[in-house]
Amino acid sequence: MAESAEEIRHHIAVYKKVGLALAALTVVTVAASYLHIDSVAMTVTIALFIASIKGALVACYFMHLIDERAIIYWVLIITAVFFLVLMFVPLLSEADSVGI
Amino acid sequence: MDEIPYDVKPHPVTGVYNAKLGIWLFLASEVMLFGALFSSYVLLRVGADTWPHGYDLLNVQLATLNTAVLIGSSVTVVMAWASLKLNDLSKAKVWLWLTVVLAGVFLVVKAFEYGAKFEHHISPATDNFYATYFTITGLHGLHVIGGIIAFLVLLIRGDKMWQDDSEHFTNRVECCGLYWHFVDLVWIFLFPTLYLL
Repeated sequence: MAESAEEIRHHIAVYKKVGLALAALTVVTVAASYLHIDSVAMTVTIALFIASIKGALVACYFMHLIDERAIIYWVLIITAVFFLVLMFVPLLSEADSVGI
Repeated sequence: MDEIPYDVKPHPVTGVYNAKLGIWLFLASEVMLFGALFSSYVLLRVGADTWPHGYDLLNVQLATLNTAVLIGSSVTVVMAWASLKLNDLSKAKVWLWLTVVLAGVFLVVKAFEYGAKFEHHISPATDNFYATYFTITGLHGLHVIGGIIAFLVLLIRGDKMWQDDSEHFTNRVECCGLYWHFVDLVWIFLFPTLYLL
């Protein structure tokens, strides 16, 4: 990525906006937790949804994934597949314990 | 001494300089490391008859402060990289020092949190909730310390590195920055998972 000074200054403006958005979303996360929603599934969904937006902002803009080479995307796609398998291990264990 | 190839210019096959591919592969392994701990957390929580709410046992205010501190440090490190891209080493060093200070603040706040628990004789051995809390936040804290060391090396040797090869030094800051953003990203998921659910 060989950017001009003008492009870098544009990046800097974006970084500041993303930083503010992340701070605002942190406030939203904490505020949502005070709602004490009865449904555990809904609580988890809301918390992880907001965290995912924040994570996407960090990855896309601070880590420049919005404008990255294909090889980096492939590394991350393969990682995501293995990560999902890892997350499903507890589900398999739970299914095993109830005899499915 | 032979120089490592493609540490500044992009490799013709991958399209990125080698260190950048290297740091992304390292981060991929880090995803699996923290993924294993998250997976264990889910397994323990789903399998438990009762599991406490994090907000009843942990200090949400301090954790919120730490979230803001880490987000701030992510901004400062990316500003350091941008300053180097604009050929302004002195400004980049100020941003890097700010990153180190914010990382230090994060650890101090975490130390207060841990200290309050230890005062009440709460440790990883107390129960599964605290075992996962101390293990995951402890490992994350070690990553913060690792980041501080990397940034201090860049700050201490920065002038010479910049003189020798400014583009190479900029790439080094970018790689350390990628690592630091990952540390921030992990905390973004740790915070609601451990403290708010």
